[in-house]
Amino acid sequence: MNNTSTTGKLFDTTEKRLTEFFNMLGGLTNFSIRFFKEVFLPPYEVEQIRKHMIELGMKTLPIVGVTGFIIGLVMAMQLSPVLKRFGAEAFLPGSVGISIVRELGPVICALIFAGRVSSGIGAELGSMRVTEQIDAMEVSGVNPFRYLVVTRIFATTFILPILTVYVIFISLIGAYIAVVLVQNMTWAYYLDRVIFSVEFGDAIPGVAKTFVFGYIVGLVGAYKGYTAENGTEGVGKASTSAVVVSSLLILIFDMVLVKLTLWIWPTVK
Amino acid sequence: MVEIKDLHKSFNSNVVLDGVSFNVTEAENMVVFGRSGTGKSVLLKCMIRLMDPDAGDVFIQGKDVLKLELKELNELRKNIGFLFQGSALYDSMSVRENLEFPLIRNFDLDQKEIDERIHFVLEAVSLLEAINKMPSELSGGMRKRIGLARSIITKPKLMLYDEPTTGLDPITSKEISVLITELQHALKMTSIVVTHDLLCAKIIADRAIVLSEGKIVKEGSINDLTSSEDPLLKNFFSDEIIEHKGSMK
Repeated sequence: MNNTSTTGKLFDTTEKRLTEFFNMLGGLTNFSIRFFKEVFLPPYEVEQIRKHMIELGMKTLPIVGVTGFIIGLVMAMQLSPVLKRFGAEAFLPGSVGISIVRELGPVICALIFAGRVSSGIGAELGSMRVTEQIDAMEVSGVNPFRYLVVTRIFATTFILPILTVYVIFISLIGAYIAVVLVQNMTWAYYLDRVIFSVEFGDAIPGVAKTFVFGYIVGLVGAYKGYTAENGTEGVGKASTSAVVVSSLLILIFDMVLVKLTLWIWPTVK
Repeated sequence: MVEIKDLHKSFNSNVVLDGVSFNVTEAENMVVFGRSGTGKSVLLKCMIRLMDPDAGDVFIQGKDVLKLELKELNELRKNIGFLFQGSALYDSMSVRENLEFPLIRNFDLDQKEIDERIHFVLEAVSLLEAINKMPSELSGGMRKRIGLARSIITKPKLMLYDEPTTGLDPITSKEISVLITELQHALKMTSIVVTHDLLCAKIIADRAIVLSEGKIVKEGSINDLTSSEDPLLKNFFSDEIIEHKGSMK
């Protein structure tokens, strides 16, 4: 009897969670369609987009910089003894460079960006929703979706690739410091080895996928905030779930995009 | 000016508006009374399509609001002011930017005209000194006044007030109610005020309706309603009077 009721509760909870999950996916899809419908229509909120790009970029710059530096440093420290074991120490700059440019730089930067920005957008728009500021905007004849949502998604889509290039550069500096600690190598020689090993075919897909990651961060944050309900509790939930969902989607899309890149661009090996 | 016909709205199984109908004539001040959760705010939001009703019709200035395209609706909204319960000032903007926002977005005015209007509305609500402050630096009463200033800056023909005195002390409530009446007369606006504050209603109302369980149970002047022998109204207004006396102590 007891087991039956526990199983029943488990079934109900799973059913509820699945319904919520599919509702969210549907909501995100509709939100995304609406974004593409509205982004090309005037008035173009250029000033708002510029403001958000600067604000979001400046807000994230220090944390992604520090993270990138440490990742580069640790990556080189970890790889050095392994390559030494195979007598391939000379490949250290190239290995670190390729790892950072193709995968670590873009993904780490996107995940940090999601944690910092997606939650911020979720909380900001959520708070505007529950305090009726979005309604006030609508009543005054302004399209709040275009003014608040489109501008933010546009800004995150285009600022993340710029941050990623910055993170890659900082990570390479971090890796160089680790290399110098174990090998006697000049910066010029290190950079030459990195540039020799990393091809355009590594750099372009690596940076290009961050446009998608940036879009995901903006979309999920804006969706969670714009649809927040139940007062301040709802704002907290919007902020937290924006980070969780956007981070998860970044990893899923990374997997898909890597496969897609290798499929349509087989020279990238 | 405003005609509501057989308006229905439910949230799942909870019926909030159940066939509400009334008219408001030009320059009239109508008060909508009702206990908390009787659908007063929902009624206002359905009127300007912040929410879509399940059934019924809403006519404002002869236009069928529920059938308007978004562009036409936004045109109509330029003639409607809305004072939200929590004032709904934009947190990230200063008082000046809050007041400028609807003008810059919707009207082709030069900076001089915008400045003149800002000056006029801030003077009307006696808060000229708050022009460069952020909303977080304002008290509840000041926020209401700035919210009111922002609502009237576009010179609307119709004003909708959602609980304009909620959360304010009795003296500030009275000041806000008097201010609303003065502005009504000065700008010759029609207004619909949703409230459960009897004092506010007495100051503002030309006519009032009482909502209960999604229906209009009584319509008339404030004196008619407060002196009614209807047990529901007697109960409602006696509670209001006790609440009002309590808050005055």
